[in-house]
Amino acid sequence: MTPARRISVFLSRFSWARLILLLTAPLFWLGAVYIVALAALLVTALWTVDSFTGEVRIEWTFDNIVDVVTGALYQTVTLRTIGVALLVTVVDILIALPIAFFMAKVAGPRLQRILVVAVLMPLWASYLVKAYAWRSVLSEGGVWASVVEPFGGQTPGYGLPAVVLTLAYLWLPYVILPIYAGLERVPNSLLEASGDLGAKTWRTIVSVVLPMLKPAIIAASIFSFSLSLGDYITVNIVGGASQMLGNLVYTNVGAANNLPLAAAIALIPISIMIVYLAAARRSGALENL
Amino acid sequence: MTKSFGSVVAVDNLNLDIAEGEFFSMLGPSGSGKTTVLRLIAGFETATSGTIELRGVDVTDRAPFDRDINTVFQDYALFPHMTVAENVAYGLRVRGVPRARRREIALAALESVALAGFGDRKPSQLSGGQRQRVALARATVVQPKALLLDEPLGALDLKLREQMQVELKELQRSLGITFIFVTHDQEEALTLSDRIAVFNAGRIEQLGTPAEIYESPASPFVASFVGTSNIFEESAAHALLGVSGTASIRPEKIVLAAPGTAATAGIVSLPGTIAEVIYLGTATRLLVELADGRRLTVLEQNVTTRADHDRRGDAVLARFATADLVSLGSVG
Repeated sequence: MTPARRISVFLSRFSWARLILLLTAPLFWLGAVYIVALAALLVTALWTVDSFTGEVRIEWTFDNIVDVVTGALYQTVTLRTIGVALLVTVVDILIALPIAFFMAKVAGPRLQRILVVAVLMPLWASYLVKAYAWRSVLSEGGVWASVVEPFGGQTPGYGLPAVVLTLAYLWLPYVILPIYAGLERVPNSLLEASGDLGAKTWRTIVSVVLPMLKPAIIAASIFSFSLSLGDYITVNIVGGASQMLGNLVYTNVGAANNLPLAAAIALIPISIMIVYLAAARRSGALENL
Repeated sequence: MTKSFGSVVAVDNLNLDIAEGEFFSMLGPSGSGKTTVLRLIAGFETATSGTIELRGVDVTDRAPFDRDINTVFQDYALFPHMTVAENVAYGLRVRGVPRARRREIALAALESVALAGFGDRKPSQLSGGQRQRVALARATVVQPKALLLDEPLGALDLKLREQMQVELKELQRSLGITFIFVTHDQEEALTLSDRIAVFNAGRIEQLGTPAEIYESPASPFVASFVGTSNIFEESAAHALLGVSGTASIRPEKIVLAAPGTAATAGIVSLPGTIAEVIYLGTATRLLVELADGRRLTVLEQNVTTRADHDRRGDAVLARFATADLVSLGSVG
């Protein structure tokens, strides 16, 4: 018996050996990179900074967390960040639904493939390039202004609307794809059955398509919501003076040199995501990811 | 009417009249156009040319929701996010029937298909046969003028299929509406139908009652697709049977006799040897090899318990009445 064959026989006989071989690497990755990093973040948030030397001191305190929870600035920015993330998610879902529906149910197989590529194409370009492209589009005398000004419109300029617009653009592919995949799993016969039983198009969408798409829509919203929640670069580029949670973390790590406070702020979006995922889990959407 | 997909003609210049209240089957191999015809009637496809009328009203350009016709889909197409009762009530809900009333009707409909008490389950918790009945209840609860059934029994096992055939027939009698039934199972079509259209390559090969289709097939295709036939092409028919044109004989009309049995007027006797014996339970199928190498299929009813010695290699005479021969014309 060759060694390779002997190993195969061993593995086929003992399922636990197969499992260990399969899971060691990914479990290590998950443990070391995600869980340990998260734990380190939590621990750092409980430390403090020597106000004189600026060095991190291992001195256990809840001050940072209390500051973050009670500080008016943090509350305002947290609400603003949640608002932006929700708005981006709603805008993306509204844009993605018709596009995904067209891709999955209307387009022929050839056009379908082309559209999937077209949706994925922007992901090949750098995030920064796209954010700066929007900065240019929205600038005074930019593309947006030159298109709407003849009709009496004006560019929204830099600020929260520009942030929502840019983030919605950036995350759109991540929203289209899960909804498209969800629609692919809705058999055409269900849509036909609905029409057959007398339902007009709108009724079929409301009573059959959307309920069946709920898991896919929730899955898609997790992407756009969490990606928006942590973003700080786009806000810097097109947000004008507005700040989001990411900016506060960034300034505290850099300019303010207060790593423990930055860690405490970073716990806010993490807790929001935990609540969001728990809600998504309760709706049963995660089983369909 | 005609229906083409690109350059492929799925339904070629079809002309079909289906009488009100009849159980009409469209029978054919896959790709013969029968399902396309069904989808054209339902309104899921639009005809390339031609018209569809329902009780004299042209419905060719109407959407499915504007036609008084309902469909039982091959995969049942039950809505997975709704309960069984909500599924059945869907057509009523769309028509604006109040909630309490439609639930009442749906539960009554479920009871009539022997599914009382299943109303609050999800379709995924039902067996194939039960889903089938839910689909039937859902399609009939809105009282359509005609019911279209697309191979509805295809996914069921044999016992269940036979049971559902009986139930379908009873349902059709009690509702008194037209059933248009698509199947590739010739036995099912023969069992259920008042009339059958046999489809081949987008055309109707033959249209008639089950007995007409079975006893006097109009073409070699029908003869071999519906049941089994021993087909003698023109030259063989002339040489062996003394008739002109292509002819066929059903296996059960052939009787095997011992060699040397006296010839009788009107009876053809072909000498051969038994090549294969296939025991089927109620009957035995034998393949008899004739002198020219041609094999005849013969079906013997197992009327008595036979001594089951191996009959392969036995010399026999295959005898049948010339009156039982079916002429298939001179094509083929």
